[in-house]
Amino acid sequence: MTASLPWRAALVSVLIFVALVLAWHAATRGTGSVQQMSPEYAKLMGLTATQGKSAMPGPLEIGAKLWEHVRNPFYDNGPNDKGIGIQIAYSVGRVLIGYGLAVLVAVPVGFLIGMSPLMNRALDPYIQILKPISPLAWMPLALYTIKDSSLSAIFVIFIGSLWPTMINTSFGVAQVRKEWLNVARTLEVGTFRRAFTIILPAAAPTILTGMRISIGIAWLVIVAAEMLVGGTGIGYFVWNEWNNLSIINVIVAIVAIGVGGMVLDLILARLTRLVTFPE
Amino acid sequence: MSGFISIEGIARRYGTNAPIFEDLWLSMSQGDFVCVIGHSGCGKTTVLNILAGLDAPSEGAVIVDGKEISGPSLDRAVIFQGHSLLPWRTVLGNVAYAVSSRHRDWSTAQVNAHAQIFIDRVGLTGSEHKRPAELSGGMKQRVGIARALSIEPKIMLMDEPFSALDALTRGTLQDEVRRICTGTGQTVFMITHDVDEAIYLADKIVLMTNGPGAVLAEIVDNPLPRDRARTDIHKHPLYYGVRNHIVDFLVSRSRAFNTTGHDPRNVPVVRPTHALT
Ligand SMILES: Nc1ncnc2c1ncn2[C@@H]1O[C@H](COP(=O)(O)OP(=O)(O)OP(=O)(O)O)[C@@H](O)[C@H]1O
Ligand SMILES: [Mg+2]
Repeated sequence: MTASLPWRAALVSVLIFVALVLAWHAATRGTGSVQQMSPEYAKLMGLTATQGKSAMPGPLEIGAKLWEHVRNPFYDNGPNDKGIGIQIAYSVGRVLIGYGLAVLVAVPVGFLIGMSPLMNRALDPYIQILKPISPLAWMPLALYTIKDSSLSAIFVIFIGSLWPTMINTSFGVAQVRKEWLNVARTLEVGTFRRAFTIILPAAAPTILTGMRISIGIAWLVIVAAEMLVGGTGIGYFVWNEWNNLSIINVIVAIVAIGVGGMVLDLILARLTRLVTFPE
Repeated sequence: MSGFISIEGIARRYGTNAPIFEDLWLSMSQGDFVCVIGHSGCGKTTVLNILAGLDAPSEGAVIVDGKEISGPSLDRAVIFQGHSLLPWRTVLGNVAYAVSSRHRDWSTAQVNAHAQIFIDRVGLTGSEHKRPAELSGGMKQRVGIARALSIEPKIMLMDEPFSALDALTRGTLQDEVRRICTGTGQTVFMITHDVDEAIYLADKIVLMTNGPGAVLAEIVDNPLPRDRARTDIHKHPLYYGVRNHIVDFLVSRSRAFNTTGHDPRNVPVVRPTHALT
């Protein structure tokens, strides 16, 4: 009996998960009393010393905490105690604004670069120098000029998302097959109509690939940016819980960041599939 | 005397290589059906692209209807050698794109109805909503034919339009294209490798020698009657005379063509008139 590939793959995934959780549980489980000591002293030392309990939380504790967060993600008890859902929403909001602005700038500029060999050469040195700069390196400059921590975080997202989309757009536009452009030429299609009916659909898969790389970078950068600027967001949440020495919450936040990034990536992957055409 | 289309001394070079052809002259009258025959790589597509306005000659000019051409035009439709369909559009979408470019004021319904007529003519009824990737090579070629026919141009430029079709479909489409082109008085410039196809369709068959430095060796004036039918054309007494003349050119003379005394401005017109027994 051979089940279909997706089912077998899912089974292996689940087995790996179970094995990892068991190993994790075994590694962090208490080993019983390690030392005889007076009860008062034991209370002072905590479980780590007395029961051989690891300082790392085990899977059961994480599971319980995760469930607690999932059941009530949107509570708000003041600046330092907000539900993880609220924090994620802040981060997603910043990412969408910064990323959205980046796409609005990068696609038209990429179009221009792709269509004009002159602009391609003229702007190439700028892009080559600006592209490898870590978006976070802009943070002090942004804070100094914008003077608003939240807007600075959005600016950092913007600058980080800009390059992959711009470079992919210009590449996609420059690579449009000559024969398709020739079809438009023989039909006397004007520049504007050609841009929207030939170049855009032909370059759309490449543009979307760039946008997908951009959203990945934006999500990577937002965590670090929020750690720096503080206030709200999942990055701030991680940093705050680290200051509270709540390793459980830090791990829960890490899981949430992973899931959030995956969802954003899936959305872009779905959009890419919509505009991809078979040849 | 300069005709409706007049190719005047054109040359095409790539870089410093020997020219693909130079000093090429050819004149076509309105309503002419001209076929070009020559070996692969001799420069047929290059000539066609220059006629289309997609490529510019290194020297010389092409005059159409008294005006030098400076670029592509809706009056000159092209059937491309490589189909050149837009893969993100359906069959109907590809043809409709051409129709809506021709008739910018038409409604979508008008455009689609007009496109459908030509899709039906090339026998693709039922495949309107397929994408090019779902079509066979011959079907793609037929979409390209429908697209060019649908804009009802004054001049048709066809680059091996039937090469990927089976004998039966090819025959049907040859009839259809001949009927439409002669019926509407279109001037046709067609490239083919098929001698029988050239004899059936063309009024004049231009024989091109091998490149580099290809020349138009001669123009065969088709002696068969204009109202010939595809099915009994081979029974005509002059048929094999014409056929052998062309095949003989392709087999031997295209390779070792003697250019001494050959005047590119006055390419000899040959009219094979003796029947084979
Ligand atoms: N971009 C280019 N650069 C250099 N040489 C080229 C280029 N394009 C075409 N050629 C050359 O021009 C010559 C003519 O090409 P063309 O496509 O016109 O041939 P053709 O007669 O249509 O051949 P076929 O019957 O195989 O389609 C070829 O020898 C080819 O090598
Ligand atoms: Mg060719």
